[in-house]
Amino acid sequence: MAHQSELIEKDILAYLKSQEEKSLLRFITCGSVDDGKSTLIGRLLWDSKMVFEDQLAALEADSKKVGTQGGAIDYALLLDGLQAEREQGITIDVAYRFFSTDLRKFIVADTPGHEQYTRNMVTGASTAKVAVILVDARKGLLTQTRRHSFLVSLVGIRHIVLAINKMDLIDYDAEKFKRIEDDYREFAEPLGFSSITALPISALNGDNIIEKSANTPWYTGPTLLRFLETVQVEDDRAEQPFRMPVQWVNRPNLDFRGFCGTIAAGIVHPGDEVRVSSSGLVSRVDRVVTMNGDLDEAVAGQAVTLTLKGEIDISRGDMLTVPEAAPLFTRHPEAHLVWLHDEPLRPGQLYLVKSATGITPGRVTDVQYAVDVNTLEQKQVTTLGLNEIGLARLELDRPVPFDPYRENRDTGSFILIDRFTNATVAAGMVSEAVELESHKALLADLEPESGSTWTRRISLSELSATSLNVVDLTAEYGAFILEAPITLLAHLEKGNRVLFRLRDLGQLPAVALLAYEHNLAFEFDRTLEGISVLLFKRGNLPQDRVESDTGTGI
Amino acid sequence: MTSNLTHLQQLEAESIHIIREVVAEFDNPVMLYSIGKDSAVMLHLARKAFYPAPAPFPLLHVDTTWKFREMIQFRDRMVQESGFKLIVHVNEEGVARGVSPFTHGSALYTDVMKTEGLKQALDRYKFDAAFGGARRDEEKSRAKERIFSFRSANHRWDPKNQRPELWSLYNTRIKPGESIRVFPLSNWTELDIWQYIHLENIPIVPLYYAAVRPVVERDGMLIMVDDDRLELKPGEVIQHKSVRFRTLGCYPLTGAVESEADTLPQIIQEMLLTRTSERQGRLIDHDQAGSMEKKKQEGYF
Ligand SMILES: Nc1nc2c(ncn2[C@@H]2O[C@H](COP(=O)(O)OP(=O)(O)OP(=O)(O)O)[C@@H](O)[C@H]2O)c(=O)[nH]1
Ligand SMILES: [Mg+2]
Repeated sequence: MAHQSELIEKDILAYLKSQEEKSLLRFITCGSVDDGKSTLIGRLLWDSKMVFEDQLAALEADSKKVGTQGGAIDYALLLDGLQAEREQGITIDVAYRFFSTDLRKFIVADTPGHEQYTRNMVTGASTAKVAVILVDARKGLLTQTRRHSFLVSLVGIRHIVLAINKMDLIDYDAEKFKRIEDDYREFAEPLGFSSITALPISALNGDNIIEKSANTPWYTGPTLLRFLETVQVEDDRAEQPFRMPVQWVNRPNLDFRGFCGTIAAGIVHPGDEVRVSSSGLVSRVDRVVTMNGDLDEAVAGQAVTLTLKGEIDISRGDMLTVPEAAPLFTRHPEAHLVWLHDEPLRPGQLYLVKSATGITPGRVTDVQYAVDVNTLEQKQVTTLGLNEIGLARLELDRPVPFDPYRENRDTGSFILIDRFTNATVAAGMVSEAVELESHKALLADLEPESGSTWTRRISLSELSATSLNVVDLTAEYGAFILEAPITLLAHLEKGNRVLFRLRDLGQLPAVALLAYEHNLAFEFDRTLEGISVLLFKRGNLPQDRVESDTGTGI
Repeated sequence: MTSNLTHLQQLEAESIHIIREVVAEFDNPVMLYSIGKDSAVMLHLARKAFYPAPAPFPLLHVDTTWKFREMIQFRDRMVQESGFKLIVHVNEEGVARGVSPFTHGSALYTDVMKTEGLKQALDRYKFDAAFGGARRDEEKSRAKERIFSFRSANHRWDPKNQRPELWSLYNTRIKPGESIRVFPLSNWTELDIWQYIHLENIPIVPLYYAAVRPVVERDGMLIMVDDDRLELKPGEVIQHKSVRFRTLGCYPLTGAVESEADTLPQIIQEMLLTRTSERQGRLIDHDQAGSMEKKKQEGYF
């Protein structure tokens, strides 16, 4: 932090003002194990004078005790803060470090290279805008280099620094450097990065990190720090159509009803029309409320509270958008999945899907393909195991608003959570919504969930005469068998129609069984709340409805 | 991440998002209020997140009975002004045993009065989520911790097996008895905190500003004589020096720095020009290498 020390000493207020204007860049280091990621960041912190005296003293002592440099300063120890990491000399989990220069503030996530800890690498990458991919100059590209590159492209990082490290160990050989750079560009071509900048460095000695190295006169590009300070990361979120997932409804009293959330894209003003994703209803923004006073405008990235002019039903799980550009609102997203857990994906099993709008139960119905990270080729698989990446189709219990991930990281992402262990098992990035017709999910849904051996019986005998026309089962979870009393059957026999409301498809067999046993017909409908099934005696069906019955019923 | 938001606006928005997410997904959250500058910022952000409503959770202060007197006064004033409900918990068992930083050493004392006290309070009120004001730039094991940090039913942190944490999608699922520690200030630096306090005019305990205070030199630190429980050791003399504190905790364990800085810009100036990290003023970190990680595993915040 010695940079602006003169200004700090002379005019602290001016300094603080200049700090306020700084932009923030989040980046990661990644690449194969031992390629020098932690050393690089340690060196960067060291050279930008972010290491305090007491930390230095601790570092010197640690380097003697557990360092990999025979007692000389081991910069990686500034990052590898866990006991287990120091004992093994590797990074296990991502470390977040902070530094700043005159031009920018930085949050760097130093990620582990070891394949076993890929989930921690993805954690760091998910919020980064630039990736520094390290390669050991002696070894060239390795599987992990490729895996990380693919993951980095998948999570939407557009700018790559290819840091070819340990140049000191190959005598700063320009030709070897060039060969690795060429290899990488060829491999990364299909990944479509906006920029790839190759740098010859030595993390250990500090070559081309902050200052240009005399050891590489043949290299004319920027130093690492210079690049990070000046790279333009496109962020067009503010120019995109407005979206705000409703995180919390703030209702302290009857006079105030505010919708709290973080704006995921676009701009909002009082008076703007907004559409509710679940109902399609449109209202107008009344106020943009903050504790520092109402705003005339709020933009992507801000956490705000909106009040609306009309009273319409909105809750957590909804997304407010401009009416002209509604999000996907689907039960069937198709998405890239990165599997993060030792236990492989079980297609058909119920998981919890957490997206920007909350938690929805859902299943992966099938895996389209997995990607071989070395060749980027697609291969046919039926499931995904630890660290595998593929394209999959999901079926959610109710429709959820999404945008394609390439358009918006916040509204296009989700995680899968195991219902029993609560572990985060996968990261998902929505590519599109799948048309229901082309979807072969039904069979998987109709199979009883593995593990459950008994099925609940629900007796409908408690139904009173007045409620005979609607049987609401949306409060029930999971499959069941229905027991219909004589009164209900007689009611149907007389030509009355009874509407069954269900929570999910797994409950359909119960109604179908009822229809089968009592020779009834039914009409199937998918609604916002779930599923509606209308049961009736066929002879009584109005003529004009006969056709619609044939296609959608099962 | 939008170019027209400053980095402080981005940090503020991230923290508010985190705080709201906890309220939306947990049954019984609590905010740990340690009265320091980070707590001051966290409390301010909690008010912002739910304005015009009051924040829908209480504050919890684990009182070791050795806090600076000015901290307690300040705490009570802030609670009154902000309208938060405050729960003060003291480990009575520890008090009954006469555990003090002088008689039992800093490690055991912190363990009993702070760590044990915190666990007792969390268990007693069955909180399922607890906000803490820790930052990743404070210490190397904190740099590794998730924003939503899982704790077993025994309050243990397993640093080798943390849940992946992607985007701003936080896994809030727990089983009965388990809990989550939530750190809304994870990505703030010490400078960010000060700058935000400056910009938003957030009140802080006067001990952060330099004033002439009675201190003794002990183990290379300047310890303030805050009340008559501090017994002088042979050779120690009370001196009156212009000092201030970079962090606040229990007065017998918190070192003062000599300073004339009595305005916020001066404090920030001094912070920027010093070459030691703020945790140096805390005794507990020096006890052994990796001690923070160990304490965290055992349930220290
Ligand atoms: N000679 C030389 N050695 C280096 C250089 N950079 C790193 N090393 C050494 O390479 C070893 C591995 O470095 P780390 O920084 O721990 O590697 P890493 O990529 O962070 O490893 P993981 O995080 O475990 O994947 C250490 O012994 C470093 O001192 C370099 O530029 N030159
Ligand atoms: Mg490392």
